Amino acid sequence: MSGPTTLTAYRWELRKLASQKRTYIGIGAAALLPILFVVVMAFQKGGPYDAPLGHNLRHTGIALALVVLTFASRFGAQLVTALVAGDIVASEDAGNTLKMILTRSLKRSQILAGKTLASVTYVIALLTALLVAGLVSGLIAWGYNPVTNLSHERISATHALGLSFAALGVFAVPLVAVAAFAIFLSVATRNSAAAIVGALVYALAQEALAALVHLDLFKHYLLSDQLDGWHGLFQTPTYWTPVIRAIWVSAIFTAVPLAAAFALFLRRDVAGE
Amino acid sequence: MSANGAVPLEGRGLRRRYGHVVAVDGIDLTVHAGDIYGFLGPNGAGKTTAMRILLGLLRPDAGTARLFGRDPQHELPEALEGVAGFVETPHFYPYLSGRTNMELFAAFDGGDGRGRIDELLELVELRDRSDDRVGGYSQGMRQRLGLAVSLLRDPKLLILDEPTNGLDPAGIRDMRGLIRRLAGEGMTVFLSSHLLAEVEELCTRVAIINQGRIVYEGALAELHASAAPRYRLRTTDHERARQICAGEPRVRELAGDGDALTFIADEQTVVDLSRRLIGAGLGISALVPETATLESLFFQLTESQTG
Repeated sequence: MSGPTTLTAYRWELRKLASQKRTYIGIGAAALLPILFVVVMAFQKGGPYDAPLGHNLRHTGIALALVVLTFASRFGAQLVTALVAGDIVASEDAGNTLKMILTRSLKRSQILAGKTLASVTYVIALLTALLVAGLVSGLIAWGYNPVTNLSHERISATHALGLSFAALGVFAVPLVAVAAFAIFLSVATRNSAAAIVGALVYALAQEALAALVHLDLFKHYLLSDQLDGWHGLFQTPTYWTPVIRAIWVSAIFTAVPLAAAFALFLRRDVAGE
Repeated sequence: MSANGAVPLEGRGLRRRYGHVVAVDGIDLTVHAGDIYGFLGPNGAGKTTAMRILLGLLRPDAGTARLFGRDPQHELPEALEGVAGFVETPHFYPYLSGRTNMELFAAFDGGDGRGRIDELLELVELRDRSDDRVGGYSQGMRQRLGLAVSLLRDPKLLILDEPTNGLDPAGIRDMRGLIRRLAGEGMTVFLSSHLLAEVEELCTRVAIINQGRIVYEGALAELHASAAPRYRLRTTDHERARQICAGEPRVRELAGDGDALTFIADEQTVVDLSRRLIGAGLGISALVPETATLESLFFQLTESQTG
């Protein structure tokens, strides 16, 4: 018998996600957000001009997705990520399918690795939906024009477009860390609601701590700060410190809960109905 | 014995407690190749806990389990090679069709079973509904899908938990027929059930578990043979016959049952008793041994311990 691999588990996790309405609600919401932004701005004079890159709105469509991302990073992105990652193991407990798949030929580690990769893929799909919808609606509304970056330098539209994709990649890293914590809670609590709410509270608590504690040294190493790490890409010259910090701090915030999740999942009993 | 000489399923001294409750208390089980092994017990006796330990889903506090010589606690998924089945009701992804669920489980086994999906859907009579979502299946349909998914692994040992739950009478008949057929083809079957008639009809060996302990393990025929023989007596003078039987110290559990008497005695006592009855001028219209049913033996074994 040819043995199943992590890739087998990953493919089927994607197929399961693709078969559930909830998956499309999150991605649909991410795609709808920039369109709503454009519609609302069309009916009013003001706008979020104080937000990073916000001063570009109405002048170029390139900046829209990143402005929306700034707003989404306060709450929405974490919520949608937690909705999927917090449910990914707990729903198998609740549905009693875990005992079915654990008596097949896949190792427990492969099953959890497949679920983790699927959660990361979902985060990427979510952000891609937001970026693509943001670019399309922004370009239709305000055109393909140069962007004034955070150092007040003008950069070409094509350069800004490339930076937008890079920014999305940097933003994805701390969001994956939120997903990792949600997966840990999903394994530990065996309860989707507890895992989703717990992951959200975890993300919001870091936001609150960052706002309350006025110690930069501490603040810079919270997950919430890493969600703004991409700002460094839109400075001249590129300010790499927050970008690199976003990657390594988020990597720690990802590795610790994931290690705990694997340790628990490999040893845990599978409870009854 | 399997190809590697190991018995299909073996548990030794399995013990598991939940808080203060000892669910499984040092049980020993041995399922030999070719057995249709019935695992019987009242609700809460520890059947499911034992099965979960045997499949590696639950860690025992003490004891060891072996599937074809491999330890499901430390050698998963290798220990499950040649083993398939389910504990409690089989569950599936409700938003996927029956066929897609089968494809998923086939993939999780390495993909070899994929080519058998149609054949197995046909076998459990689900082919017509295979493209419907499992969320719309009845419990009986899920039971049948559970069996099909188990057979995807082409197992040598099939572990089934209440496989006829939720099936209509025709479905029960078909499921039992299928189990017999699979066993006839050389598959070893471990069947947990609370349906005594089902176990009596299908199984060759049984284990009876009560309050976490095995109160009997062995051949069903030996269990019947081990039971003290009960006789039914009908005579021309019921009251006089009762007096004679009551006066015989080797007669036990004498009871009236309509116009007949029932009692437990060994064969020699029955011979002596028949002579005394005839000597007293009574006509014997019936003196017949009654085979103990599994039900009566089950209650003897489980209630004597409970009491």
